[in-house]
Amino acid sequence: MNNSYTSAVNEGGNISRNNFRLSITWLIENSIPFLVLAIIWEFIVQMKFFPPILMPSLVDITSTGWRMILDGTLLQHTFSSVTRLMLGFAIGSLIGVAIGLVMGQNRMAEKFFLPLLSALMPIPGLAWIPLFILWFGLGDLATVAVIIFSAALPVAFNTWTGVKSANPVWVRAAQSMNCQGHKLFLKVVLPGSLSMIFTGLRIGLSQSWRALVAGEMLSSPNWGMGFAIFDSRQFLATDVMLVMVMCIGLIGFLIVTVLFGIIEKYTVVKWGMLQEVGA
Amino acid sequence: MSGVLIENISKFYFANGNRIQALDTVNLVIDDGEFICVVGHSGCGKTTLLNILAGFLKPSEGKITFNQSNSTNSLENDIGIVFQEYALFPWRTSIENVMFGLEMKGLSLTESKKIAQQYLELVHLGHAANIYPHQLSGGMRQRVAVARALAYDPDLLLMDEPFGALDAQTREHLQSLTEEIWLKTKKTVFYVTHNLSEATYLASKVVVMKANPGRIYKVIDIDLPRPRDPLSDEFVRIQRLLNNSIKDDDLTGKISIGDYE
Repeated sequence: MNNSYTSAVNEGGNISRNNFRLSITWLIENSIPFLVLAIIWEFIVQMKFFPPILMPSLVDITSTGWRMILDGTLLQHTFSSVTRLMLGFAIGSLIGVAIGLVMGQNRMAEKFFLPLLSALMPIPGLAWIPLFILWFGLGDLATVAVIIFSAALPVAFNTWTGVKSANPVWVRAAQSMNCQGHKLFLKVVLPGSLSMIFTGLRIGLSQSWRALVAGEMLSSPNWGMGFAIFDSRQFLATDVMLVMVMCIGLIGFLIVTVLFGIIEKYTVVKWGMLQEVGA
Repeated sequence: MSGVLIENISKFYFANGNRIQALDTVNLVIDDGEFICVVGHSGCGKTTLLNILAGFLKPSEGKITFNQSNSTNSLENDIGIVFQEYALFPWRTSIENVMFGLEMKGLSLTESKKIAQQYLELVHLGHAANIYPHQLSGGMRQRVAVARALAYDPDLLLMDEPFGALDAQTREHLQSLTEEIWLKTKKTVFYVTHNLSEATYLASKVVVMKANPGRIYKVIDIDLPRPRDPLSDEFVRIQRLLNNSIKDDDLTGKISIGDYE
């Protein structure tokens, strides 16, 4: 039995030693589809199906991107977008986690919120934007409001599921050691449902990211990635549009996958409650 | 004197309009320091009785008195439970799991850590203190669970088929470990199992239960010297006695009409 303990430790050591080589392989494997896509893109550009101003070559996109990095506009757009996102997502996920936890603990709350969630979940965040613009005016508030809305729903739903599906034996074991009330909640129910809460936060964040881009297009703030795309339309600046689209994809990927990947690695994956994605 | 008095406990459920009697007027005295094994076929109410003792279920009739506190509420008493499934908290390391009950008692972190380490060593897992449960084998997890229940220093230790999911060898190993710990700590143990050899090996008193309705059929004291030799004549005789008491159920009339109605 001692062997199984030491082998677990050894495996751990090997994983960290192989990490670097693994991530290189991972990078190469995942670059191939994008390379193929780039080649097809260049091919279509060279065939001149569209005039070059409507379909810029990768060289043009890259030089535009470089110019936008140098003159600071890319950073400014990104910064305003990410600020809005984080503000809306932080508020939305707090509301969502709170509602989900209350639903999971209290039958009355469950009966009250569940029909509302089920009805509101299928509505895309985009559908609310015109209304929110009328209520809160053009600018930040309408966009942040729609982000809050888009984040809160999936977070609430998954948190509720997490609390409901947390192993009842954990609760019993804790109760038998006189753990009740808020202690039971903080020490057992919350960590026990953490992997589902993270799933909710991931979904909530990607929904927020979509809502952000759509919100910025319609509520026309002065800066923001969604706004930049919509604004470039007037100047036929397709290169700017594509730079922003790629940037949105990259940052969305970084936030959702990398950020959550790290948070999960040091919590639920470490605890064996969730298999590492892609591992 | 920290025994438990079980008086006229009955429990019924209602399912599809039928009244199902899980327990019928169960009476039992659990003396201080006894190792009680409860055996019986599934449906005999042995786990129901354990859940009532634990305070997870309320009896429909009757009462349980804990002599230590003279209280009838299980949740007010210090009861340790080892479940059949792995009930360790996956987000806590072995030692943190053992520390849980100590934290609940309001002990300081250093103190809980010290006591927890002692109990891990009691189950021979002192070296695995900082390992998470998912990295441990099934047998090791149950040993941590035993350490967690004992560290809480309960007046009554409930064990619900704790080694049922383990392979035969690990199971045997843990049985002798359980005996060793019981001899050391003198805890009162209420141990549910369907394994008769396990009951014969561990128990100072075996309670045989029967189904339809769930009731106590026989109480057999075992005062063989320890450690017991499962191949000795006495051991085999007692195991056969238990086997026969349980078997009656299948052969005599009870099953014939009631079950198929």
